[in-house]
Amino acid sequence: MPAITSSRRISHALVILLAFVCTATVIAAQTDPWLRPDQAPAPSDNLPNSARIELGQMLFFDPRLSRKANMSCASCHNPALGWSDGLPTATGFEMKTLARATPTILNTAFNPIQMWDGRKSTLEDQALGPIAAGGEMNMPLPELVERLKSIHGYAAKFENAYPGQGINETTVARAIASFERTVLSTESPFDRWRMGDEQAVSESAKRGFELFTGKANCAICHSGYNFTDNGFHNIGVKNSDPANPDVGRFAQKPLKSMRGAFKTPTLRDIALTAPYMRNGAYNTLMEVVEHYDRGGDDKDNLSINIVPLHLNAQEKADLVAFMESLTGAPRMVNVPALPH
Amino acid sequence: MYSQYFPLARAVLAAVIVAWSIPAHADTHAVSQAKKAFAISVLKAKVGDTIVFRNDDEFAHNVFSLSDTQSFDLGSYKKGEERTVKLTAPGTIEVECAIHPEMKMKIEVAK
Repeated sequence: MPAITSSRRISHALVILLAFVCTATVIAAQTDPWLRPDQAPAPSDNLPNSARIELGQMLFFDPRLSRKANMSCASCHNPALGWSDGLPTATGFEMKTLARATPTILNTAFNPIQMWDGRKSTLEDQALGPIAAGGEMNMPLPELVERLKSIHGYAAKFENAYPGQGINETTVARAIASFERTVLSTESPFDRWRMGDEQAVSESAKRGFELFTGKANCAICHSGYNFTDNGFHNIGVKNSDPANPDVGRFAQKPLKSMRGAFKTPTLRDIALTAPYMRNGAYNTLMEVVEHYDRGGDDKDNLSINIVPLHLNAQEKADLVAFMESLTGAPRMVNVPALPH
Repeated sequence: MYSQYFPLARAVLAAVIVAWSIPAHADTHAVSQAKKAFAISVLKAKVGDTIVFRNDDEFAHNVFSLSDTQSFDLGSYKKGEERTVKLTAPGTIEVECAIHPEMKMKIEVAK
């Protein structure tokens, strides 16, 4: 009997300890600004459900959304390539090379402003942009709606997702946005470290985080759990075509400080999304660190945040180790069978 | 018999006219930019007042308005620096930081 009592006491103690650890982990996740919230926000008029996400996923992978029926959203935002394309800059309509890199759509659900130049605010606004853009999927939206209506299998999918609303530009955008809100980062070694696992990252990565938030000054822009301030900065990247420099945000906000400024990208899953920068200027994270260490290259209208950092070789390696720790475990993505 | 009062009446009238023509005392309003936010979301002021924006963050901020009431771009500036703008017209001015689009405030400008 005493042995059983003792065993029960140990069991109770273990249960209490486990509950304490779980509670502490949850509290840490809720209060640590570097840890992602569990749920992505969604607008009240487009709350996600399984029918909307399923429809959105079909549309996302359906090349018939492009004029030539040969490009889908996933052609550029490829889940096998970090929801980007692995290219310096995107490839658009009729294989034309575009001026800017394809941004990952990972965690865009948390962004209050979308695109490199912030010309779209919500995922619903953004979803139709590349479809209609002449240089990208080049599909006139009225034609898109008629084409989707002609694919009989879509009628029931739209009706399940948006009862009584039909197939139109709004429901197409809402469905794609609903799917995009499911494209979230998975738990990374950095996250496990923040939640208390000291073995989750290397000592180099830990030093890198100190540099990231300190001497290297990275966190003034790459801040919070999504590692972006959703702000716009000219960081001195050389223009691919100096004769026709990309003005970036200036096209939306004609203010001096916005000339050559682009939105701060997330660093989540950064190891999967090379090449880096808005024009794919660098192939490695070390090249990115070197860029910031020398205070940028193109000094024209350079942000006053960008100054030479004077990092040594170990510090640069530590920053790279830290950024690599932001990449989560691979997530399996089902490519759906499309309606006919 | 009232002629002795005419100079006084004229002086009083002149004082009233002068007072009417001089704008009310102009005020200066200080607005801090800290933790990626303006310290106040709606500021009530009047024409002739001056707004002093101060950057209390560790990184650059900007102040601009493209409002019809009054537009300006005070540029980008570092921690501890200030930029000022004098209000020139009545109405509502929507103010933002170009670098951080989530930073917004309004100035309601009275005559």
